[in-house]
Amino acid sequence: MIPREFDYHAPQSIPDALGLLAQFGDEAKLLAGGHSLLPMMKLRLAEPGHLIDLGRIRELQGIREDGDTLRIGAMTTENQLIWSQLLQDKCPLLVEGARLISDPQVRYKGTIGGDISHGDPANDHPALMLALGASYVLQSASGERVVSADDFFVGMYDTLLQPDEIMTEIRIPAPAQGTGYCYAKLKRKVGDFATAAAAVTLRMQGETVQEVAIALTNVGACALRAREAEDALRGKTLDDAALAEAARLAMSICDPVEDQRGDVEYKTAMAGEMTRRALSTANSRATH
Amino acid sequence: MAASTDMLEREATLQGLGTSRLRKEDARFIRGKGTYIDDIKLPGMLFGAMVRSPYAHARIKSINKDKALAVPGVVAVLVADDLKPVKLDWMPTLGSDVQAVLADEKVCFQLQEVAMVIATDRYAASDGADMVEVDYEELPVLVDPHKAMDADAPIIREDIADKDEVGHGKRTHPNHIFTWEAGDKDATDSVFANAEVTVKEEILNPRVHPCPMETCGCVASFDKVTGQLTVYITSQAPHLVRTVVAMLSGIPESKIRIIGGDIGGGFGNKVPIYPGYVVAIVASIVTGVPIKWIESRIDNISTTGFARDYHGIGELAADKDGRIKALRFTALADHGAFNSHVSATKLPAGLFSICTGSYDIPTAYCRVDAVYTNKAPGGVAYRCSLRVTEAVYLIERMMDVLAQKLSIDKAEIRRRNFVNADKFPYSTSLGWTLDSGDYHTALEKVLQAVDYEGLRKEQAEKRAKGELMGIGLCTFTEIVGAGPTKVCDILGIGLFDSCDIRVNPTGSAIARLGTMSQGQGHATTYAQIIATELGLSSEEIQIEEGDTDKAPYGAGTWGSRSTPVAGAAAAMAARKIRAKAQAIAAHLLEVGEGDLEWEIDRFNVKGNPAQSKTMKEIALAAHTGDLPDGMEQGLDATEYYDPPNMTFPFGAYVCVVDIDRFTGETKVRRFYALDDCGTRINPMIIEGQIHGGLTEAFAVAFGQAIPFDENGNHLGNSLMDYFLPTAVETPHWETDHTVTPSPHHPIGAKGVAESPHVGGIPCFSNAVVDAFAHLGVTHMDMPHTAFRVWQQCKALGINTR
Repeated sequence: MIPREFDYHAPQSIPDALGLLAQFGDEAKLLAGGHSLLPMMKLRLAEPGHLIDLGRIRELQGIREDGDTLRIGAMTTENQLIWSQLLQDKCPLLVEGARLISDPQVRYKGTIGGDISHGDPANDHPALMLALGASYVLQSASGERVVSADDFFVGMYDTLLQPDEIMTEIRIPAPAQGTGYCYAKLKRKVGDFATAAAAVTLRMQGETVQEVAIALTNVGACALRAREAEDALRGKTLDDAALAEAARLAMSICDPVEDQRGDVEYKTAMAGEMTRRALSTANSRATH
Repeated sequence: MAASTDMLEREATLQGLGTSRLRKEDARFIRGKGTYIDDIKLPGMLFGAMVRSPYAHARIKSINKDKALAVPGVVAVLVADDLKPVKLDWMPTLGSDVQAVLADEKVCFQLQEVAMVIATDRYAASDGADMVEVDYEELPVLVDPHKAMDADAPIIREDIADKDEVGHGKRTHPNHIFTWEAGDKDATDSVFANAEVTVKEEILNPRVHPCPMETCGCVASFDKVTGQLTVYITSQAPHLVRTVVAMLSGIPESKIRIIGGDIGGGFGNKVPIYPGYVVAIVASIVTGVPIKWIESRIDNISTTGFARDYHGIGELAADKDGRIKALRFTALADHGAFNSHVSATKLPAGLFSICTGSYDIPTAYCRVDAVYTNKAPGGVAYRCSLRVTEAVYLIERMMDVLAQKLSIDKAEIRRRNFVNADKFPYSTSLGWTLDSGDYHTALEKVLQAVDYEGLRKEQAEKRAKGELMGIGLCTFTEIVGAGPTKVCDILGIGLFDSCDIRVNPTGSAIARLGTMSQGQGHATTYAQIIATELGLSSEEIQIEEGDTDKAPYGAGTWGSRSTPVAGAAAAMAARKIRAKAQAIAAHLLEVGEGDLEWEIDRFNVKGNPAQSKTMKEIALAAHTGDLPDGMEQGLDATEYYDPPNMTFPFGAYVCVVDIDRFTGETKVRRFYALDDCGTRINPMIIEGQIHGGLTEAFAVAFGQAIPFDENGNHLGNSLMDYFLPTAVETPHWETDHTVTPSPHHPIGAKGVAESPHVGGIPCFSNAVVDAFAHLGVTHMDMPHTAFRVWQQCKALGINTR
């Protein structure tokens, strides 16, 4: 549990960080909250020669409203998300999700940008981002680009983020007033990753589903968008049959890995169950 | 009235027996001023890092140290061959076996110790450990203990393959360790053959780990000039460690000093001697500088002192009314690659024969077969006395199985079989003498407190709606306080314990004991015992343990033995002092000793309480020349206490659970625990112990397990998977008590810390199984994780809407 020797860098600005990234290339790793990277280093599963700590870069911090868009600095911690009145008012799904990440100590250090860019299918923000239709600002020495959450996750620990890029900001279109939401997460204990979880945003028109987004955590190589389930729900009432069909379609895209949380069958069933519960709760929270 | 107010005030000043005095230790701990093993830093200290086997069973073809020795800061690399000149390549275990200190020619479990790299700091040591090249040849792996004695099973212990016994009787297979039995087999078989009703169930106590917050470690410091070896160590039994180190090293025991310091939890994990300690000691002897070795969390869970792994079969024979006529329990015990099971020499299966529980069972037989497998060695008592959790789990589960078979209520089946209060002391059919108990009173008090009838009614309503609600009962009897030297010894040393008290001229005192607190609050509670016995304030009684140069010899703290054995020694030592004080008081008051009576903190002349000498006055007098003829100065005493019997705490617990049949999650709605530990020394500490024990019981019942794949690879050996409940998961505990003192203990106390663990585990399981009882389920093995409970729901077809 002792990492290999490494050099530690603490740049004060994004250009400085990009400069270090260019200088050290494959030898370098960006350090956000460290709650995935540092354990991997202690187990010597990751052995970077240089750690570039993004913690002192002020531009990467903060939550603000820009027209209809919520803009969140990539180094914003989970607790800052939880404590944000702006998010509570405009995007409570993100607050609910952050509260279910790990434990209070970790949430002081863990960041939204780190959680997303690590590309771990067990992390919670990816599914939340898919359900919220978020996009990410990726910056390199040659400029910045904005990619949608739907495109970002390629596979296990594999994302569109290039080695010379830093994720600087998360942009979330503020959900319309009255949007129902829920993040239903089944876990063994505080601090655990999800056995399975479902993030849902839902707009209702009377008793009819107008718009719905469903995303699943930890039941595939990356966070999964349950599009067939969404399609099946649009225009329907959320009765038992519709919930069952949505759960079935969500389960049909699952390809989880067996571990101590359960086998493939259980995890798949739990993805269905969490989808059903998230939809029910979102429905109860939505304006009809 | 004035006198009585005065007496109450004096009594209160003592803060003695029965008061919820705040813990003396906490001022230190909550300020971060504790001194744990990794806080010890000695000048010139080097660090050891262990090289461990990636394989569960493999031959070591070669070890190349060159690259490791080339790492900057690396001082030495020790392997088995380096330990041979000092004859420390193998060591005796506490289970009468031997264990490789560093793997000699082959490894027998994953993460077994193969080499230790010594370096100037722990980073260099880790870098060096990475560079030790070990060439392995993999061997077939034995994981399933049920296959251990198959004719074609891989032989794990070639070193003892030709020995027909390893300390506990004849072996029948190279992987067989021992077979132990108790009771009357033939008589039991005959009762079963003729019984009106019999029940049988396979019941597993899975392999778990005590997982104390602080992992194991030591700092060994050998002074080449004086020949003195000092070892700071995470040990629950420092004196036993000193004796073992003397036996192993040849260093005179008088030149070995073992210091326990503050210990961050033990729960049985810190009783054995581990290879890391031994290699650190050897390295210090060789280098002449202090060596620190500290385990990682994964190493701790993977390699040191696991518990349980008892694959049991429970059988009861009864009449149609549910009155038990005979019990037959057997267990296959997986001890891993070396028998480092902590056990008294004559009790290789510990106190498993307490398995008749709280019940009047006329005929019984039990048997344990222990085998080797390619897993880490151990078999420690995780917050229980040796194999008591296993025994109590079997009987308490089987009571429910019998109740279900006969459609008798689970409380009623217990009532019908309890040992009646008027039968104590009661001799069990397996040879124990239960010292005292009142089981009916305890159960009825609990049933009333939780409205048991109301709960059963609610359960019937829930079942009608397809919901799963379970009510678990447990009415356990524990056996603690090892123990009488006539039945209990380890390595030939009897399991007595000791207390040495010195009273100062001003009436304060210091007491040293052979036990070792790991968080139990000894500094608080021992002082209370002595305060009441001596009439001195507990605030002025200092308690010391764990430094073998200071404390008298004792077997340490495990098996809830501190209060039953060392606590008794404290009371008895204090009584020796009080007897001397009485002689001094009589001399000073110029009366006969028989004319005096003891009152709280003084001796009064009978019929004339104005004539008195307080203990403080006597303490000063004891240091003057004004003493009875021939009496020496001083007010000291030492007691070595050999208990006449074990003590038998008991309790009645009720647990109510609600189970989500779609996810398998269990919610513990209510847990009511009534404990009877005899005389209560500090109610607050007792309550804390019960909260802790119940929380660890909850952990075992609902999540703890050390799983392996078929190649002997660990599948969950970090806190990611190994379940340590946080405050969020932990249920709310309701506690209650009755007081039935032990008739043979000087103050009537019995020990309490293990009861909630021992009684809690079957109570949780009984609640979970009870939730499915109406569907024909009689048993579910732990851990009751959501996944496993969901599988039960699925098997019953109730997991879908």
